Amino acid sequence: MTAQEPCQPSSGCQCPSTEEGSRREFLGLAVAAVATALTGCEKLSTEEFLQDKFTELSKSEVQTVIARLEKEYKEKYGKEVKVGNAPPVPGTIFGYALDLSRCIGCRRCVHACVTENNQSREPEIQWIKVLELEKEEGVNLQHAEHYYNPDEVPREGHFYMPVQCQQCKKPPCVKVCPVGATWREKDGIVVVDYNWCIGCRYCMAACPYGARHFNWGETTIPSKDVNPETHYLGNRPRPKGVVEKCTFCIQRTRQGKYPACLEVCPTGSRKFGNLLDKESEIRYVLENKRVFKLKEELNTQPNFFYFYGV
Amino acid sequence: MTRIPRPSILPGLFACFLAFAATALLAEEHKKPHAAAVAVPKDQVQVPKPPFTEGIFPCSQCHDPKSMAPNQKRRELKDMHTEITLHHGPDTRWCLDCHDAYNRDNLHLANGKLVSFNTSYQLCGQCHGDKLRDWRVGIHGKRTGMWNGAKQYLLCVHCHNPHSPHFKPLKPMPPPARPEAIQLKNGGAR
Amino acid sequence: MSTLRNFSRFITDTVRIITTGGPIYYAWVAFLLLLIGVGANAYIGQVNHGLIVTNMRDQVSWGFYIGNFTFLVGVAAAAIMLVIPAYIYDWEPIKEITILGEMLAISALVMCLGFVMVDIGRPDRFWHIMPAVGRLNWPQSMLAWDVLVLNAYLVLNYFVVTYLLYCAYTERHYVKKLVTPLVLLSIPMAVSIHTCTAYLYNGLASRPFWNSAILAPRFLASAFCSGPAILLILLQILRKTTKLSIKDEAIFKIAELMAYTMGFNLFLTAAESFKELYSGTEHMVYFQYLLFGVKGHNTLVPYAWASIICGAIAFLLFLVPKTRTNWVTLNIGCVLIYASVYIEKGMGLIIPGLTPDALGEIYVYTPSKTEIFVAAGIFALGFLVFTIMLKAAVPMMLGEFTINRSPKLDAAAAKSQEPA
Repeated sequence: MTAQEPCQPSSGCQCPSTEEGSRREFLGLAVAAVATALTGCEKLSTEEFLQDKFTELSKSEVQTVIARLEKEYKEKYGKEVKVGNAPPVPGTIFGYALDLSRCIGCRRCVHACVTENNQSREPEIQWIKVLELEKEEGVNLQHAEHYYNPDEVPREGHFYMPVQCQQCKKPPCVKVCPVGATWREKDGIVVVDYNWCIGCRYCMAACPYGARHFNWGETTIPSKDVNPETHYLGNRPRPKGVVEKCTFCIQRTRQGKYPACLEVCPTGSRKFGNLLDKESEIRYVLENKRVFKLKEELNTQPNFFYFYGV
Repeated sequence: MTRIPRPSILPGLFACFLAFAATALLAEEHKKPHAAAVAVPKDQVQVPKPPFTEGIFPCSQCHDPKSMAPNQKRRELKDMHTEITLHHGPDTRWCLDCHDAYNRDNLHLANGKLVSFNTSYQLCGQCHGDKLRDWRVGIHGKRTGMWNGAKQYLLCVHCHNPHSPHFKPLKPMPPPARPEAIQLKNGGAR
Repeated sequence: MSTLRNFSRFITDTVRIITTGGPIYYAWVAFLLLLIGVGANAYIGQVNHGLIVTNMRDQVSWGFYIGNFTFLVGVAAAAIMLVIPAYIYDWEPIKEITILGEMLAISALVMCLGFVMVDIGRPDRFWHIMPAVGRLNWPQSMLAWDVLVLNAYLVLNYFVVTYLLYCAYTERHYVKKLVTPLVLLSIPMAVSIHTCTAYLYNGLASRPFWNSAILAPRFLASAFCSGPAILLILLQILRKTTKLSIKDEAIFKIAELMAYTMGFNLFLTAAESFKELYSGTEHMVYFQYLLFGVKGHNTLVPYAWASIICGAIAFLLFLVPKTRTNWVTLNIGCVLIYASVYIEKGMGLIIPGLTPDALGEIYVYTPSKTEIFVAAGIFALGFLVFTIMLKAAVPMMLGEFTINRSPKLDAAAAKSQEPA
């Protein structure tokens, strides 16, 4: 696939010395490398290989990258896919509130998110996970049921808690990424540069909410289901081998729209707004309802609040 | 010689109508919560039409006080509207507690004031004031639109059947794939 | 100029010596190359299809590869078990064989790098993690620290080994003033690589099993008691197959030091167990999964107990002088402690840290065929590196193979002196 082979000693800048690899072995490895490259994954263009981290690119370089991506998506899906690059709305920090007394666990948010955000259908990726909890136990994750499938929800004696990226103010995932491929934007959304991520999955180990998901295989989305309105840091179709997660529908919220999960929720359990706007509904929730944060003791300071509307 | 109506009656009637409309509007304005909650500017509230059963409205098609005298005796309906089961509050609740006896195209508040079906939330809010307060600021119930702009509300009755308001259970969408089930498809995932 | 000429001869002669050998050598190298081929083939499949061919999933996102990586960092750090008695206590019997520990460290580090490379989802983006070329998130990310210290330790060991062998090859005494400080530096560096690797796990508040203060001491203790085990076996092999003289007391001294570290390791394990099981909080669930099974899932339980029992037996065998100085029980002890720590660092660390996952789900992870083949390939690569280094190093250390003498030259000279 590339010049980097798993068997290179040290950081790859050194020529293999004769002490660490005979000529025979080196030739063998070279053949393996070439074979890998020939049979290997999708075409890797030089521009994509050499692309720098998104935050370091100049305006014109960003346009070049976007043009290249739009061309690739057009070839792959046979439709025009727009890759946006909207910056944060000034004076905005997004907050999300979820009403635990209203959520009935119908999972419409999960599937609306999948459709809106171009998540792989096969292998399946879902950014939102709804947990079925026992009323007697309260919010106790060790007693959570992930795969509930009764005929009707809500089920007697249970309540439901959707979990997605909490867009923490002190995100442990951002702290641990060795290449800085994930960071927190000015509007509070924690984003991933899918073209910079090396797929080491350290961030997945670091996230206390299981909110980060990995593209274990090649993503598969039927062309007709591809959402053509995308954002570079959000819902553009992802390559395999990188991490992805909820971005508060960055492609929608930076245009003033609500996230897809909120729009589809039939019970109105999901509330969203600008934490810096005193008049926003999210501020109303914080002021008038009793909220709690998930795994609050870990001091991740999420911008996602659970409350009891009743 | 025939007497013709004095011209001043028409403007008078018109003035009464305006006064009535103004009172109704002012009354609604007055009902708005005080500065503690977020006020909803009128021009940004869009409420869809009430979800009437096909052909049922206007009620006055049948319920014309002149042709059908209202029977205000509390009873279980046997002739019409038998498909409606009332599960709303105590057993003593019945139709004309909310529906106006003489003005079937309206509902009425406890003090007798008429309320249009288009603004039925005023009636619901009479008993469910905390829900009304939260609904106005978009916390109770589904509210879509733009987080920094125009919002779309729903009427209470869009989610809660007023005769049986408990939110009905739904069939859940499918659970996620178990991790063991996520495998390479035959022929490769490429 | 002559240094350059000598060095190039050093290289060409080294190539010559590692490409010639007896039938056993060829067979061994061929076997290792075969395993490497199997591993490479499996890895190509992984590159083509993605990591979906492993059994890692979102719930258990690190597995066999990272477990092996962690274990091998410990093996690499264990070189200092030779360095400390040799250079700090100036103990001659071990001094001559310190270089073997350093070569083991190099092989282990090669394997560590291999396991990291096969684990990441985008190996084509490996350059992103290189300090000047990419954008390393240092000092925030512990992985960034690990990249730096591991490579620094590799370069240090590589330099020392090359220099020592070059001196032996050119029949010169090595410059003590150059080597001794470097070797002494390798002591804190060895501690640093394993501490860094421990901090990788330790710093994650999201994984209570790892977020324990004694994780780093446990790592060091288990590294120091397991790494030298390979060396002990190797030293015995070298004694029998080459003219390398390794005194009994050197081996027994290493074994004695290992006994103390084993004891400390057992103590730390007991301390961890006590804290979890006595306090009995919900965080105990990870320990429970490991040792007793949770909700009927008990895949790891036999391995966990095997690890503890093997470790305890090995400790006793090494502690009691009679069994420590008996070659049979000593070697049994070596195998037992190696197995014990391998299980403890691999399935005993990574899997319970991630099971149950952050939202309480239990996904039972066992390595897939691809993972096993790729790991076998990488282990074979490490063994090959070590074999090749030994093939060149031992004759040089013995003075049999130098710039003036080589087995071939000697044989040719002997032949030419034969009566016609």
